[in-house]
Amino acid sequence: MRKILILFAHPKYEHSDVNQALLEKVRPLENVLIRDLYELYPDFNINVQEEQELLFEYEVVVWHHPIYWYSCPPILKQWIDLVLEFGWAYGPGGIYLKNKYVLNAVTSGGSQEVYAHEGRNRFTMEEFLRPFEQTAYLCNMRYLPHFQVGGTHRITKDQLSQKTEEYKNLILRLRDEETITIPYTQKQ
Amino acid sequence: MEGFLFDAIIYIIAAIICVPIAKRLGMGSVLGYLIAGILIGPYAFGFIQDGQSGQDIMHTTEFGVVMMLFLIGLELEPKNLWKMRDLILNVGLTQVLVTTFLIVGVAILFGISWQMSLAMGMAMALSSTAIVLQSLKEKNQLESQSGKMSFGVLLMQDIAVIPILAILPLLATAQLVESGDSHGGILENQPGWVQTLMIFGAIGVVVLLGRFGFGPLLNWVSKTKLRELFTASALLIVVGIAFLMGLVGLSPALGTFLAGVILANSPYKHALESDLDPFKGLLLGLFFMAVGATINFNLIIENPFLIFAGTLGVMLLKVIVLFSIGKFKKLNLQENLSFSFGLAQVSEFSFVIYAFALQLGILTASSSDSLMAITALSMTFTPILMLVLDKAVLSRMDKKDSKTKREADSFEEKNNVILVGFSHFGSTLGRFLRANGIEATVLDYNPDQVDLLRKMGFKVFYGDATRVDMLHSAGAEEAKILISAINSEETNKKLIEVCKENYPHLELMIRAKNRFDAYEYLEMGEENIYREHLDTSIRMGEDALKKLGFRAYTTHRLAAQFRKYDEDALRILAQYKSNKEEYISKVKKQIEQQESFLSSELNKKFSLNDHAWDSEAMKEQK
Repeated sequence: MRKILILFAHPKYEHSDVNQALLEKVRPLENVLIRDLYELYPDFNINVQEEQELLFEYEVVVWHHPIYWYSCPPILKQWIDLVLEFGWAYGPGGIYLKNKYVLNAVTSGGSQEVYAHEGRNRFTMEEFLRPFEQTAYLCNMRYLPHFQVGGTHRITKDQLSQKTEEYKNLILRLRDEETITIPYTQKQ
Repeated sequence: MEGFLFDAIIYIIAAIICVPIAKRLGMGSVLGYLIAGILIGPYAFGFIQDGQSGQDIMHTTEFGVVMMLFLIGLELEPKNLWKMRDLILNVGLTQVLVTTFLIVGVAILFGISWQMSLAMGMAMALSSTAIVLQSLKEKNQLESQSGKMSFGVLLMQDIAVIPILAILPLLATAQLVESGDSHGGILENQPGWVQTLMIFGAIGVVVLLGRFGFGPLLNWVSKTKLRELFTASALLIVVGIAFLMGLVGLSPALGTFLAGVILANSPYKHALESDLDPFKGLLLGLFFMAVGATINFNLIIENPFLIFAGTLGVMLLKVIVLFSIGKFKKLNLQENLSFSFGLAQVSEFSFVIYAFALQLGILTASSSDSLMAITALSMTFTPILMLVLDKAVLSRMDKKDSKTKREADSFEEKNNVILVGFSHFGSTLGRFLRANGIEATVLDYNPDQVDLLRKMGFKVFYGDATRVDMLHSAGAEEAKILISAINSEETNKKLIEVCKENYPHLELMIRAKNRFDAYEYLEMGEENIYREHLDTSIRMGEDALKKLGFRAYTTHRLAAQFRKYDEDALRILAQYKSNKEEYISKVKKQIEQQESFLSSELNKKFSLNDHAWDSEAMKEQK
């Protein structure tokens, strides 16, 4: 059983029904730890040592966040800036994240369809998430395909419960599969 | 063996023995007091020999009812009273009129003269405020639907006492026996319009005093910080109003109730409550015992059928009327049962009415005795009935339909936060909470400060927060957090002790004057300690660094780091505080550490516990 670390970033979580539903679905799962970054570090003063110790202990990392202006909320970028240190996460001696799995779990106001070359946003979600993919790549991590809940402003109850179920199954699969069979990218 | 002290000992011992036993058996204190009264009365152990002394005590201790209504008034702000007008007028008036009418009807059927029937009917339509409210309070049902309806009915009955006492003389078959203690006070021999004018005048005086008189009085007294003087003033208010009401022939209970309602918005509300509560409890206890002691068992033994049939008949009738009203008001069965049975007894005011009617010659001595016995018995039976009802019927029904139980809306919303101290520190904190929709119950011990803040629209109460009764009236049972925004170490320590002992569920947040006070609080096991200077001094230092050319964000992070380090160091140092010598060297060590920590970090240009945005390390590698 792998240990899963969900790094969650939402500056107004109390107003996000979708993210609440997603988190409540996976919160009770064994070996899954949710770290609510805005709750832990309201002043952006991230405790690097503690975060690194946690990363060391967990095998799967989920960057769970809404998409704002085609990227993550600032605290997650702050987390990446501070925690993924040179000489620890990458560079000489930076071996501590090697072979760990990582993915983005994102929610977006726009539907999944508008994230396409023909769509309003002109690029796919995968393309918008390239910086995360490359961050993982540099750290020798295994970057998994992202999980997306789109059209959050108009989502129906049924659609949401289907999505939360999907999220739970994905987390369970990452936790329990003997070897993870989902294709990933990693530096060779 | 005679004398006041001996009597006092008898009463108190009887109460101490009977009431706890009654409570343990789930009977409630009222029944306990009544039984204690019966035991010490002339027909059991005979400590109180004649019925007369029992009655004397009863009349004296009726004052407990007056006090109780004052305290209830304090809990009820005028706007809430206005909300209850439907309960008081419709439910209450219906109860009084219908019950009187039915009792009169039955009495006339039995061949009793109509005058006597009417006196009986009016007296017996009333229910005992003392018993009902005491039991409701004990069972915490004052704010349930049935509790509120009961209260409405009782209030209407208290008001009804006034016209009843006015009607009685009209029924008089004999000339009024001249005697010193007739009820009407100085107004008796005045013409009607003078009486009316005086009555309104008296009510006006009470309202004016409540609005403008009592506040300054209590303010003046509380500045002496002598608690007994404050208690004395509280007593003065209640006794004074009762006296005034008696003077114009109004019900003292009603007058003090009115004063209570007016003072419900006052900053001294909680302080008055906690000071008067013990008096009320003692007087009521004595009153119930006196009722028990005056039950004339000889009369019952001589004429058991009449007395018991009378008691049960009256109670049955009252229950039927109340139950119908409850049904009409759509109470569910469970609520309705406790509403109708709870109010089934006859009132303590009835004793007064019997005595007055006797004086007027409406009642004969023997009929008055029988009525008194019926009244006292009904007072004894209701708690027993309620007990049976609670244990046998209601608890079983509770299991069946606990879901249908109606959510009670409360007289007064309870706050989650108690804020102690409303100086500059506390008021800033209070404003911040309020800006975010959190109302705190605020206590302050400076009467002038309280008055000022009241004028500015803050709901601040005067009182010493280190007193358990004060915390109790401020709602410490229901609150989640108590914030102490005072900086006196002594007071804070006392507050921590009191809260820990009485309200362990309450989370404490303590303002500390300095590091050394903080150690004391840490040692007492408190976690949430806020040194008043810490954040401000660091913020100032931060700004100083910025003025010297430091970059703002870097400084900000350094400051946050420094703060965290200082808080951690405080907790480590607290463990060494008791050993003074070690403490001094530790302080030195900590300061040195702090300095070296910060300077070494600064030497690395920018870095705290990380290498973020720092390319030096990378450059070195190449």
